[in-house]
Amino acid sequence: MNLFDIIGPVMVGPSSSHTAGAVRLGNLALAILGEPVSQAMIELHGSFAQTYRGHGTDLALIAGLLGWPPDDLRIPQSFEYARQAELEYHILKTNLGDLAHPNTVRFRLTGKNGASSEITGASVGGGSVIITDVDGFALEFTGELTALLTMHQDKPGVVALVTSILSNQGVNVASMRLSRQDKGGLAVMVLETDETISDEVIAVIKAMPQIKAVRRILRA
Amino acid sequence: MNKKLSLQEWLGEAEQSRISFADFCISQQSNFLEKSRQDIITDMLAILDVMEQSVMTGLSGVKSRGGLVGGDALRLQAYSSDQAQRSVIGPTVNRAITMALAVGEANAAMGKIVAAPTAGSSGVLPAVLFSLGEAWNIERVELAKALIVAGAIGMVIASRASLSGAAGGCQAECGSAAAMAAGAAVVLHGGTPGQVGNAVAITLKNMLGLVCDPVAGLVEVPCVKRNAGAAAQAMVAAEMALAGITSVIPVDEVIDAMAAVGSSMSCTLRETSQGGLAVTPTALAWTQKIFKD
Repeated sequence: MNLFDIIGPVMVGPSSSHTAGAVRLGNLALAILGEPVSQAMIELHGSFAQTYRGHGTDLALIAGLLGWPPDDLRIPQSFEYARQAELEYHILKTNLGDLAHPNTVRFRLTGKNGASSEITGASVGGGSVIITDVDGFALEFTGELTALLTMHQDKPGVVALVTSILSNQGVNVASMRLSRQDKGGLAVMVLETDETISDEVIAVIKAMPQIKAVRRILRA
Repeated sequence: MNKKLSLQEWLGEAEQSRISFADFCISQQSNFLEKSRQDIITDMLAILDVMEQSVMTGLSGVKSRGGLVGGDALRLQAYSSDQAQRSVIGPTVNRAITMALAVGEANAAMGKIVAAPTAGSSGVLPAVLFSLGEAWNIERVELAKALIVAGAIGMVIASRASLSGAAGGCQAECGSAAAMAAGAAVVLHGGTPGQVGNAVAITLKNMLGLVCDPVAGLVEVPCVKRNAGAAAQAMVAAEMALAGITSVIPVDEVIDAMAAVGSSMSCTLRETSQGGLAVTPTALAWTQKIFKD
């Protein structure tokens, strides 16, 4: 927490959690998908499901998927812009259970180039957000630092290789989280870093045979 | 943040070094953020511009998404020009609450605002800063410095209690905003660090226990008018502190009391719309009307 968390953010109202946070969740989902969105199935849970209309949460989520920041004055018209951008969206209410944070959203996204991803996240107050699940992998990151997301084979040495590539470039790892489906199967890793990660580093990591996918998520 | 901050400690340090509390806060934030003093002031000036714009947005006449609020800032402005000689609260406070309503209405209408400390309480600081700025003809840069003081006060409240209605009720949102604004008002007047502490303490004491009970879960009723009330509370407390009136309970203890009151508050009164005004027959009727599918 710093001064600009207290005096800020600059945002379009009415709610830091239900509007600004929703934009940020859309931004992160877009970054994880890694390409412009063509189809979005958006499921809202808890307070998001109960009050989304009055807070413009629906407009804010779409604005986020269009890549706009939380203070973009076009947010109230994001549905029209989505139609122009040929982004087809459906917004539904759901129940993700008692354990889910009250402001949780699940995106099922398809990209313009055919990528698809299922992303779950929550708006946890004051515009701060957290992504908790990507494609069935439990993870945790906030977008407040630069993040590197890899989907890779669960084999010895993959994590060490990725972190050594980063350290060779002078990139410090601030936090790390690893999750896998089965032993030796697919695994997902999220690394939050203090420095930004260059295109070259992404290309080197992408070229590793054990790596299925890499995403870089720039800090907000 | 894990470490509890102490406003008393900071005020004491400023007093000991014989510098203004604004100077103390700016130096401290410069260290925290690893940014020059001038850069922080420049950032705050930009934030003041957005705040000023949000007042203008509200005064242009807007309607909220839920349809419960809008137009009251204009109504108050018209009244104040008609009734200039017979205002109950005087022109400066009248101007302040007009601006508080304006920003609250702009926020409810999806206008651009500065969440300070939250979107729901975003009208309080612009109201107090700009109304005093106009009344006393204060330079913009002094408003920016006062805003930094407000931010520092907010950091202490966030670390010892909370700034979120869901965690601590409206006392944590509008109450904190008012406490931050009261400290800023004392700084604008040239008050001492001790007076800043008393203004913050008195404001929070006067708003202790305020629940968060938004009708239909929207940031409209009672939020917008509470911003006006909070701005007035800030000015009342600053006036008392500047007159040399002190708070018997020291400011850190008042903040801790607010935290305790917040956690003992029923969940129905913490931004869940399950209690208070939100479950009155009229509120329930509005809720049905707004959310009918």
